[in-house]
Amino acid sequence: MGTETTLHDVVHRELLPGARNWSFVLRRGYTLRLTDHKGGANCSALFFNAHEKLERYNMADTLKAQHTARLTKGHVCYSDMGRILVSIVEDTCGWHDPIGGISDAALVKAKYGEARYQEHRNAFHRNGRELFLIELGKWGLGRRDLVPCINFFSKVTVDEAGDMGFVPGNSVAGDFVDLRAEMDTLVVLNTCPHPLDPYAAWAPRPVDLTIHKAAPVAEDDVCLNACPENRRGFANTAIYHCQH
Amino acid sequence: MTTLTESALDPRDAVYDFEVPAGEPWLHELRKGQVLRILDLMGNQAVDTLFYNLHDPAERYSATDTIRAQGNIYLTTGSRLLSSEGNLMLTIVADTCGRHDTLGGACAAESNQVRYALEKRPMHNCRDNYLLALAESPYDMGKRDLTSNINFFMNVPVTPEGGLTFEDGISDAGKYVELRAEMDLIVLVSNCPQLNNPCNAYNPTPARMLIWDAAPN
Repeated sequence: MGTETTLHDVVHRELLPGARNWSFVLRRGYTLRLTDHKGGANCSALFFNAHEKLERYNMADTLKAQHTARLTKGHVCYSDMGRILVSIVEDTCGWHDPIGGISDAALVKAKYGEARYQEHRNAFHRNGRELFLIELGKWGLGRRDLVPCINFFSKVTVDEAGDMGFVPGNSVAGDFVDLRAEMDTLVVLNTCPHPLDPYAAWAPRPVDLTIHKAAPVAEDDVCLNACPENRRGFANTAIYHCQH
Repeated sequence: MTTLTESALDPRDAVYDFEVPAGEPWLHELRKGQVLRILDLMGNQAVDTLFYNLHDPAERYSATDTIRAQGNIYLTTGSRLLSSEGNLMLTIVADTCGRHDTLGGACAAESNQVRYALEKRPMHNCRDNYLLALAESPYDMGKRDLTSNINFFMNVPVTPEGGLTFEDGISDAGKYVELRAEMDLIVLVSNCPQLNNPCNAYNPTPARMLIWDAAPN
């Protein structure tokens, strides 16, 4: 169970319903808190340099720099340019999935059946791929920008043989993760169910979004000190900002 | 459990046979039904590979869709490589190595800086190969088209606790993987020049590319 902490300098709050999409620029020095509103949420996220969207979150660079196939407090999300887009500075959940990917129309139809807008209005079945494409389109981005994402609140393990397993119950109501922007970052989100979630019913869960002012990165910062790689990542990011 | 599958194809029947020198890119079209063999000539050579739909390159190999659909992060004989649109791009029809990496990605000047030292930026790397090959190609493609690639012959185990490491290769001289194209494709390869980790056993070597036409029905 997550412990809600008092946030100071909140600049924005909203509730993103299940199976919906949103995007916004998270300015450097601000933190986005994602909170699992009911438990069992999945929040898929992509990150781009807001000023040069050719620079974007890179799954492989993030995993191999930190020798991990899961993300939690202390990890950072690397761009393909050796810089840090966002740092995970707090996490009550312990595991966020960077390898499971997103659902598409065929998967959602096969798993949950067909539910079109015509019959179901706004309760129709959406999928991760289409919601990402809609949201990317608002920034001039599209299919070429749909790279592997992070699935916050979801846990996918890999056994010795390489088999992947979705672990239900990883996140409960109130669990949260704090993402501190180290660069001005375009955040693209959708809250469709994880493609490996075995739960048979269509029950997408909402996520609370809270943006607040972050404290400056201190010398004892958990992400800065997590590994020598991250110290170099922060150094690269500082060089980038000096050039502006 | 790893099962090795050999190919019945004879190199003398190949319609294309080319040795990619260590550290160089290779960009080639592959037609539906053709079979591509990637041969690790001298052992433990990572071959970083991306695939695109020749007629619509915005449709490309998707690491996450491929591993999610097969429920396993490693590739071997029988693996179906899926596109970002969920379509079948290629099938692995033979593999004498046993497993290939889907998560490690391609090395870059910038990722080498983060992983090893800020001073490593001048070292040659896979993403430089990709960028140059695309820049000199007839396709209107570039950095935006670089997504998570396959590392043939590379060993990147993930632990049940969520750890990930680059380990010594499990390939050896003469090991190969063979893929049948299920659509017309662009194949983009960097024969990895990485010298900072054991993915090439610290000694990048050439890789041989062979292509056979579809067997007549």
